[in-house]
Amino acid sequence: MDHNFQKDISGCGLSGIISKKRKRLGGEHIKNSLCLMNDRGNGLGAGFAAYGIYPEFEDLFAFHVMYDYPESRMEVEEYLKDNYKIEKIEEIPTSPVEAITISPLMVRYFAKPAKDRLAGDITEDDFVVRTVMKVNSEIEGAYIFSSGRNMGVFKGVGNPRDIADFFKLEEYEGHIWTGHTRFPTNTPGWWGGAHPFTLLDWSIVHNGEISSYGINKRYLEMFGYKLTLLTDTEVAAYLLDLLIRKHGLDTATACTVLAAPFWKDIDEDGGKTGEALTALRMTYGSALLNGPFSLLFGHSNGLVGINDRIKLRPLVVATKDDLVYMSSEESAIREICPKPDKCWAPRAGEPVIVELEG
Amino acid sequence: MFKSQTIPEFLANIDRVKCIKCKRCIQNCGWGVYSWGGDKVLIDTNKCVKCLRCYHYCPEEAIQILDNPVKFKQNNNWGFYNIRNLKKQAETGGIPLTGMGSDLPYPILFDHLLLDACQVTNPSIDPLREPMELRTYLGKKPSKLEFKRGKDGKLELKTKMPPQIKLSAPFMFSPMSFGSISLNAQKVLAMAAKECGITMNTGEGGLHKDIYPYRDNIIVQVASGRFGVNPDYLNAGVAVEIKIGQGAKPGIGGHLPGEKIPLQVASTRMIPVGTDALSPAPQHDIYSIEDLRQLIYAIKEATGYKPVSVKIATVHNVAAIVSGIVRAGADIVYLDGFRGGTGAAPSVIRDHLGIPIEHALAAVDDRLRQEGIRNEASIVAAGGIRSSADAAKAIALGADAVSLGTAALIAMGCTICGKCYTGNCSWGITSQRPELTVRLDPEVYAERLINLIRGWEHELKEILGALGVNAVESLRGSRERLRGVGLDAQTLDILGVKPAGR
Repeated sequence: MDHNFQKDISGCGLSGIISKKRKRLGGEHIKNSLCLMNDRGNGLGAGFAAYGIYPEFEDLFAFHVMYDYPESRMEVEEYLKDNYKIEKIEEIPTSPVEAITISPLMVRYFAKPAKDRLAGDITEDDFVVRTVMKVNSEIEGAYIFSSGRNMGVFKGVGNPRDIADFFKLEEYEGHIWTGHTRFPTNTPGWWGGAHPFTLLDWSIVHNGEISSYGINKRYLEMFGYKLTLLTDTEVAAYLLDLLIRKHGLDTATACTVLAAPFWKDIDEDGGKTGEALTALRMTYGSALLNGPFSLLFGHSNGLVGINDRIKLRPLVVATKDDLVYMSSEESAIREICPKPDKCWAPRAGEPVIVELEG
Repeated sequence: MFKSQTIPEFLANIDRVKCIKCKRCIQNCGWGVYSWGGDKVLIDTNKCVKCLRCYHYCPEEAIQILDNPVKFKQNNNWGFYNIRNLKKQAETGGIPLTGMGSDLPYPILFDHLLLDACQVTNPSIDPLREPMELRTYLGKKPSKLEFKRGKDGKLELKTKMPPQIKLSAPFMFSPMSFGSISLNAQKVLAMAAKECGITMNTGEGGLHKDIYPYRDNIIVQVASGRFGVNPDYLNAGVAVEIKIGQGAKPGIGGHLPGEKIPLQVASTRMIPVGTDALSPAPQHDIYSIEDLRQLIYAIKEATGYKPVSVKIATVHNVAAIVSGIVRAGADIVYLDGFRGGTGAAPSVIRDHLGIPIEHALAAVDDRLRQEGIRNEASIVAAGGIRSSADAAKAIALGADAVSLGTAALIAMGCTICGKCYTGNCSWGITSQRPELTVRLDPEVYAERLINLIRGWEHELKEILGALGVNAVESLRGSRERLRGVGLDAQTLDILGVKPAGR
């Protein structure tokens, strides 16, 4: 046996692209960017989120569901048919890939909550969140891994090229793309554990480890979120849903919760800003994401990149015309945009917020 | 003549060759163990409590305090402690009193919990090179906030924040009244609290005028005896605490013997000199949760809505009780565990009533979260916090801050001899005898207490760094970072902690 092999210790890789003018890009861009960072993963997980890919169903929720057993599918479909008006059901198209020998069954549903189910002040979004929590925590072998409008997530166990080819990513066109290659270390490599993690149209790809996961999870549970996917990144998706959709914070303020400024900086700010930031830390201390992270979160109106507050993971941003690129490595950006107008590494905890125009 | 059948616990010995007859032992002993016999120091070992004052102040190291080798016959059922107390009781017909927290060998769960640490994938953080934040705010927090953006695009808060107590680190000093401890001891607490940016607590003895200047670091207490309570007092601190119970003596009141009530204590408590200060077991205006609510809001009205803390002893249904207290409007709930200290308590109460802080804390934090009201009040954990590790574990179980009573006294010289109720404390901490209290120079001993807090701050920062987080709020309630060793499944379930290896 060769005892002199080099153990490949790396980290996850992530990449994102947004066209502010909503120009639709094919899936090959994000695939090529991620493939350059193959060494940042170990083949145990990759995935992509794409926005703007279902224009013909843009008012409907697109559920991407992963099934371990046929019975799980029957149970979920029974539930969906009872509670939703379903426009279309189809298996997510896949193409055989040599490296992927076993995969769960994946089905997508275009649907909206049945009107008679929306009693009281429950919004459609609330209803969908409850559906996701219920299915993921109560129906064995079924996982809704994507539940937004006009967007979808494609993920699994494999390296980025395998997963992209498996899902025929090049056949989709979207105006925001994120992607992830995974090097799982603290939780198993399984299909549900691949990134992105989503809820409604929030999607997260993450490099790092959320050391505050325990309290983030307990905090979210107070608001009815159930964490079932065995991976720390899941908290980021739910926290953003809570802070932005439920509590009405704007994106920048929500980022200030996740990567809070240090007290010394808050104290220096003083005045109204200091008061606001102090209240944020007092109230949302349990939502602070502490530990090493760089993450991208996509949503229907834009893309955000953010590092932890002492920058323990890499993040690079570049712009070219109306396109903004974010990635773990500059080379992964230059692979698909050789001459960006501008390229920089954001400061620790300072979010890069890009919104769609119009 | 009736001769006591109790056996002395300790033997005070003097090496007569080393002894230079300087009489410092006679001067230093508050218990009257030593006296001058014309040509040598005489010893009445029956009076010795092993406070070790004589040992520390003997210039020749001539004194030894030994555990008495003479014991009752070995018996695994009838231990020395049981027999001694029983005989004492047979001789007096009274209730054996004690000071300090229970010393019976109940399991200490803190010693069966281990904290996590980072390795490869989540880097640890070096607190010597990176910021490490311990600041803690105690008080009710809104469940969500509203903001607007000012004209310059900067964030402005629209929500009105409830009042908070700001602590530089999640530590506080426990309530210890003037009377139960000396004025100098209270000054030590006040000076150290100010220097460290934390709080001391008056306990139920009112507030001496010398301590008023430390008002930004004081929590004033209202207990069943209402000693020293007046409008100035209520407004003299940053918060008011309603004491319902004490960990060392759940369900019973307080008793400060007349011997510990000289003029200054009497005037501060607003009672006659030399009378026993008896706090009733209940507060006579609180016989229900509705009554408590009325008192909380009466105090808020009287103080311009400062935070109100409610202190209870941890008992079997503590989680439901705390839920009620929070819903009654308390901003802070102070949980005092079974091992909490006391100046005076019946041994039988101290040793057999209540539950440990670890169980109580876990149950309370869980319950408040299940009910979605955890943000409505902060939780302070007390009663058995011996080290920064205990503090870290309590925080991981769900405490916002921990309170130090006995630990603070030890920093002042206390050796936990457990005789606070006698008023003879040789270290001048729990005595009111001027010749003893003068020994506790506030400046000198505040320095020691400040050192203790600084040391714990450093240690807590090291622990956070090892856990890979740089703010204490990321440890608070993060039970995922704890593992149990040698705990049964049910205890682990109550604590919400996995066993080691999982």
